[in-house]
Amino acid sequence: MSIWEYANPVKFIRTTDKVLPYISVGAAVALVGGLIWGFFFTPDDFRQGSTVKIIYIHVPAALMAINAWFMMLVASLIWLIRRHHVSALAAKAAAPVGVTMTLIALFTGALWGQPMWGTWWAWDPRLTSFLILFLFYLGYMALWAAIEDSDAAADLTSVLCIVGSVFAVLSRYAVNFWNQGLHQGASLSLDKETNVDDVFYQPLLLSIAGFVLLFLALVLLRTRTEIRARRIKALLARERIFD
Amino acid sequence: MIAILIRDLRLAVRAGGGFGLGLAFFLIVTVLVPFGVGPNSEILKTIAPGILWVGSLLACLLSLDRIFALDYEDGSLDLLATAPVPLEGVVIMKALAHWVTTGLPLVLAAPILGILLNLESSAYVWMLASLAVGTPALSVIGAFGAALTVGLKRGGLLLSLLVLPLYVPTLIFGAEAVKRGADGADAGLPMMMLAGITLACAALLPFAAAAAIRINLR
Amino acid sequence: MKLSVDNLAVTRGGVPVLEGVSFTLEAGQALLLRGPNGIGKTTLLRTLCGLQEPLEGEISVSTETMAYGAHADGLKATLTVRENLMFWAHTYGTDNVDAALERFNLTELADRAAQNLSAGQKRRLGLARLLVTGRPIWVLDEPTVSLDTASVALFGDVIREHLAGGGMALMATHIDLGVEAEELDVAQFKAAPPKESSDFDEAFL
Repeated sequence: MSIWEYANPVKFIRTTDKVLPYISVGAAVALVGGLIWGFFFTPDDFRQGSTVKIIYIHVPAALMAINAWFMMLVASLIWLIRRHHVSALAAKAAAPVGVTMTLIALFTGALWGQPMWGTWWAWDPRLTSFLILFLFYLGYMALWAAIEDSDAAADLTSVLCIVGSVFAVLSRYAVNFWNQGLHQGASLSLDKETNVDDVFYQPLLLSIAGFVLLFLALVLLRTRTEIRARRIKALLARERIFD
Repeated sequence: MIAILIRDLRLAVRAGGGFGLGLAFFLIVTVLVPFGVGPNSEILKTIAPGILWVGSLLACLLSLDRIFALDYEDGSLDLLATAPVPLEGVVIMKALAHWVTTGLPLVLAAPILGILLNLESSAYVWMLASLAVGTPALSVIGAFGAALTVGLKRGGLLLSLLVLPLYVPTLIFGAEAVKRGADGADAGLPMMMLAGITLACAALLPFAAAAAIRINLR
Repeated sequence: MKLSVDNLAVTRGGVPVLEGVSFTLEAGQALLLRGPNGIGKTTLLRTLCGLQEPLEGEISVSTETMAYGAHADGLKATLTVRENLMFWAHTYGTDNVDAALERFNLTELADRAAQNLSAGQKRRLGLARLLVTGRPIWVLDEPTVSLDTASVALFGDVIREHLAGGGMALMATHIDLGVEAEELDVAQFKAAPPKESSDFDEAFL
């Protein structure tokens, strides 16, 4: 029993059939719980007032925006090395979810920035990096959409994802170099000293868990759709050739 | 491999336009900017490094889709792929040919356009140096983008969408070097970063580009 | 030298089109591939030349011994006839451009730009490239398209000389070149439709 068994589309669909409902319910519970707890049962920040509460959407969305790209990178590598179709399709499925997360992070950031910094947008390194990440997502999805042949599309987008990842990291450092920013330091880190207070921290963790589960559920769902779409395409190709 | 470089240069010269087009575009962009922002020479002086870099980047973009698309259409790319030269070598030579026909003229024209934009006199050296060091990276990154989209009928627009985000680090360090030169500050660090990007791109991207071409040919 | 192909399966757009393709070719022999349009002749030739990966099977010789001649000639319109050939000569590290021009009756046209050639002349220039490569196995896809009768006969002579010199030729063509050659009907290798099964696998096919 190896993990690669799930690379078989049939096995993947059967397994996700069983798992998906639990993940979806888990996502809903964690998300609703985390957000209600965060919005209504935490005190206002002494400096930022109630605007701080957007953190419960902003931070998890930003985390997932980056992690979605990272997941696509891993899936692309698996496709290039082991040629599992499900892996390539999972990368394809994750991109629109990732780009949505990026947009949520950018918009909630703007909403938060307006009262705090007095501006909707600043060319701050973090903000700029997310804008660049957004462009990378757009290019990746456009390449998928443009290429007819499924395997060639999977191959080329994987190559783009790998090269893009290197350039994304490079851009992050370049942007840092280019402008020191307004953005506050990380809200979360493994180093407990710099973290936000426990009162905010616990509901934040819960809503992050909710976003992770939501991302997982959406990607699994979309991967199932992609597998079926790919299956239809293959059947049509077969009909053209053999009938 | 030198044969490929010579052939591409000869083609660019014979086809006409190949040389001039990017350069003319660069000139027009630079001339248009003052119409947009006003003739205030202080403002122009401040934005000159950025305008010159963005202008050369866009001019570079114009001719990218020709790097492989023409050879793909007339079948030469198939024949090159079966010829006894590594495809990686073909990529680097074609990127070099693109740089000689597009990047190099931009480098040489930039000081003249700098006068139009009232560029600080101390910045000219850095303008020349940063473009000379940075534009090869633009050509190599562009060749990678062109390799990704070579199989597509109308790949031009997609090519821009794929390549422009990859240009961000080069643009940042290039423009920063000129800006620091203009301010009389030490531009060594951004210049080193720029050189690093160019060398790393030239060393690694041909492999990715060659892989993309092989995928597109099969 | 001997070219043997064993149990080769080739795909187009991810779908297997030919399978179990096997044949051998000795030095001095030519093989003509026959079969209806769309059966996969071009795909087979491209696979042999290493432009795409076979699904399975073995090819006994390296692609380094082959010269591929495709539908398109890969000519550059603004280069002269000689410059076009010189480029390939440099790429392949050979220098018999003049002989190749002479052999295909192109010497008089040597300094004319390729864009001013007729279709048949372009094709002859494309075929002259084969002589310049100096490679023993010629893999040709419809080499006689747009050639007139005299040029077809000329090309037949060139093939015969190549074979007499120990070369080999593998051609997809419907025209009689007057060359002693075996024929291989590709249609017999047509891939069978995959069996229906609920447990569809990796390739979705």
